[in-house]
Amino acid sequence: MLGSFDAVLLARLQFAFTVSFHFLFPAFTIGLASYLAVLNGLWLYTKKQHYLDLFRYWIKIFALAFAMGVVSGIVMSYQFGTNWSVFADRAGPVIGAPMAYEVLSAFFLEAGFLGIMLFGRDRVGSTLHMVACLAVAFGTFFSAFWILSVNSWMQTPAGFSIDPETNQFMPEDFWQIVFNPSFPYRLAHTVTAAYLTTAFIVGGVGAWHLLRYKRRGDKPSQATKTMFSMAMWMATIVAPVQIFLGDAHGLNTMEHQPQKVMAMEGHFESHPEGWAPLYLFGIPNEETQTLDYAVGIPGLSSLILGHSFDAPIMGLDSIPDDEQPPVAIVFWSFRIMVALGFAMLGVGMWSLWARYRKRLYEAPWLHRAAVLMTPSGLVAVLAGWVTTEVGRQPYTVYGLLRTSDSAAPLEAAAVGATLVAFIVIYTAVFGAGTYYILRLMGHPPHTAEARYKDVVDGPTRTAGITPATEELMRRHTKEEE
Amino acid sequence: MPIAEGVSFDLTLAWAMLIALSVLIYVILDGFDLGLGMLFAVEKDRKNRDVMMNSVAPVWDGNETWLILGGGGLFAAFPLAYATILPATYIPVIIMLLALIFRGVAFEFRWRTERWKPVWDAAFIGGSTLAAFAQGMILGALLQGLDIDKATRSYVGGGWGWLTPFSLFVGLAVVFGYALLGATWLVMKTEGPLQERMRKRARVLSVITVIFIGLVSIWTPFLQDGYFSRWFTGFGIGLAVLVALVTLLMLALLQLTLRSGGEEVWPFILSLALFALCFVGMGVSMFPYIVPTEITIYEAAAPRASQLFMIVGASVLIPIILIYTGLAYWVFRGKVDPEKGYH
Repeated sequence: MLGSFDAVLLARLQFAFTVSFHFLFPAFTIGLASYLAVLNGLWLYTKKQHYLDLFRYWIKIFALAFAMGVVSGIVMSYQFGTNWSVFADRAGPVIGAPMAYEVLSAFFLEAGFLGIMLFGRDRVGSTLHMVACLAVAFGTFFSAFWILSVNSWMQTPAGFSIDPETNQFMPEDFWQIVFNPSFPYRLAHTVTAAYLTTAFIVGGVGAWHLLRYKRRGDKPSQATKTMFSMAMWMATIVAPVQIFLGDAHGLNTMEHQPQKVMAMEGHFESHPEGWAPLYLFGIPNEETQTLDYAVGIPGLSSLILGHSFDAPIMGLDSIPDDEQPPVAIVFWSFRIMVALGFAMLGVGMWSLWARYRKRLYEAPWLHRAAVLMTPSGLVAVLAGWVTTEVGRQPYTVYGLLRTSDSAAPLEAAAVGATLVAFIVIYTAVFGAGTYYILRLMGHPPHTAEARYKDVVDGPTRTAGITPATEELMRRHTKEEE
Repeated sequence: MPIAEGVSFDLTLAWAMLIALSVLIYVILDGFDLGLGMLFAVEKDRKNRDVMMNSVAPVWDGNETWLILGGGGLFAAFPLAYATILPATYIPVIIMLLALIFRGVAFEFRWRTERWKPVWDAAFIGGSTLAAFAQGMILGALLQGLDIDKATRSYVGGGWGWLTPFSLFVGLAVVFGYALLGATWLVMKTEGPLQERMRKRARVLSVITVIFIGLVSIWTPFLQDGYFSRWFTGFGIGLAVLVALVTLLMLALLQLTLRSGGEEVWPFILSLALFALCFVGMGVSMFPYIVPTEITIYEAAAPRASQLFMIVGASVLIPIILIYTGLAYWVFRGKVDPEKGYH
């Protein structure tokens, strides 16, 4: 049945494409929503102008990224049915409920308060406006909570039975379904990843402007310094935490999905006597089931995964061929993620050293490194996502429902045509959006930063700005001249 | 019919009502957003376009969320319906989703560029129109019924089963209906010459919409025997005549309130009521089927435990959602100031 295989493969490609594209936006906006709430809180508490400037600077970028996240997210809520109807029918009774909770507790909260957050400061007063900022931030977190619960259930299903008549998964215990074995680890690891993603984007933009101020021989604005400093604190503190969380998540995967870890580690052969090497490099060869040109540290894998050099580590040779995930993709994506994680840690420590020496804002090589690392969070998040999703193959519901049995009864031509449409439209539309975001980032945050919306069109309106800020603006203009 | 056991409360029916309600709320709320998007095509003045877009900018995202609740709720409460309707209407669903992407990003993008503003205005018009047309086609395809193989629990009607004269016709009907909603919304939210033009357009659009409603209503009973016997026998005839009279009364009231210098809020409320009436009428036709005429709501229902788990949250969260959605509309009430927008 070549035809049905093609349709399944195309459906998988389409889903992988739409979900990966979508994931980039929330990975950025989850952290950014919290950052905006913090900035707004700091502005209200300290009344220091540069916090308000930063808030206004980042909220324009947030609005663009959020809109792209929303429209690409609506696609996801229907792709389960259009592309994976058998999966939807079978797993719907279990995972439908948490997904409905995501809509009810997260999407409405975000959408309902976003308008007030963007447009409403003058209309509702600062207290309710702050509440709106917090509501949007919590909304993004609730969304991550529920969707990661669903994803984790597909990885480590629990709390269900199978109806012999319809083959549907039937809920037995929703507590076990929502808090399934891999969920706490995945939630902590993914949300932390989103925060780091935002930190490195904010830090990269800050570093870029610090370098530009330096090249022009100007003093950097307070807002620019503040955003770089805040981002580097996040990197310093959160990157080590993330490495710890990642390790815990890996051990949890080892317990519940051993063949995923085997693929991540490149362990084709078992080491029943222990001393399994940690492969740093190698070319996975699935034909011969070997890791070619392998460079490894003897015993380290046993030590990390089994906490002893003698810990036996089983390899893919203990797993039937039709139960194995594609090794090369998982092996490489895992390495990209880990390498970026350690690079983040490095930048965090470097900034701490520069801060200690009071040279945080005069360290051009640190700033260059931070600029280089701007997209590192996005890449790491995608690589991690690929590791866990491809590592779950050949199943949609791990060990229970195969991907090949999950697909909708669609014709390959229809899926292929819509796949092309998705690729063309996503590239054009989200490419344009990314360009607009980069253009906004290309300007440093100004004193009395323009509000949401009056950026391109006409002169910046000053209506509604307090006399104090007008004074600041005048001084700033003088400085620039 | 396996109705929920041991309780007097029919959970499946409650969920069917709840999903129907969220689809209705979606149709009404995003209906005027999309209709307003289509009216962009005839309002070429840039300032007027800014005013029109600003009238929904703070709320459109919340409006669209009801569509996700409709889809997500269907998935959760009636997984079999979700798993058959979406493959059956695959192409219009994808068209709708892609059109909504263009419509949605236009809200942000058109403020970020001067040179490309006409492009994103065109995306707003095209996306709104196509999304409305696709939604109508999906509705039409569903009303005319889907081919389901009950043994494999899957849709077997092929990739183009949705494409019929009827579904195209319903697509057009929804386009004009949404345009009417958009025009009456703008009568409420704008002033001066723009408002007067919208009155004129709404008068024409209301006539076209009611004609479409009439034709779809006459056509629908001939699609399925079940529909025919429900509307054209016994008690049904009386009901059909009553609905027709009420519709004509609404049209008359619309024309009356839309006259120059007339009411500002009533035209919008009347056009909402017109949509609600059509929606209830379709519900009467379809019940108890969720996929006419193959799968009833009881056959498609998720197990009781799932529905119960969700109804607990929904009964707390939906009232809260309605409160803060109402708050958002209240905050941005009144006319749009063409000078200030919302800043």
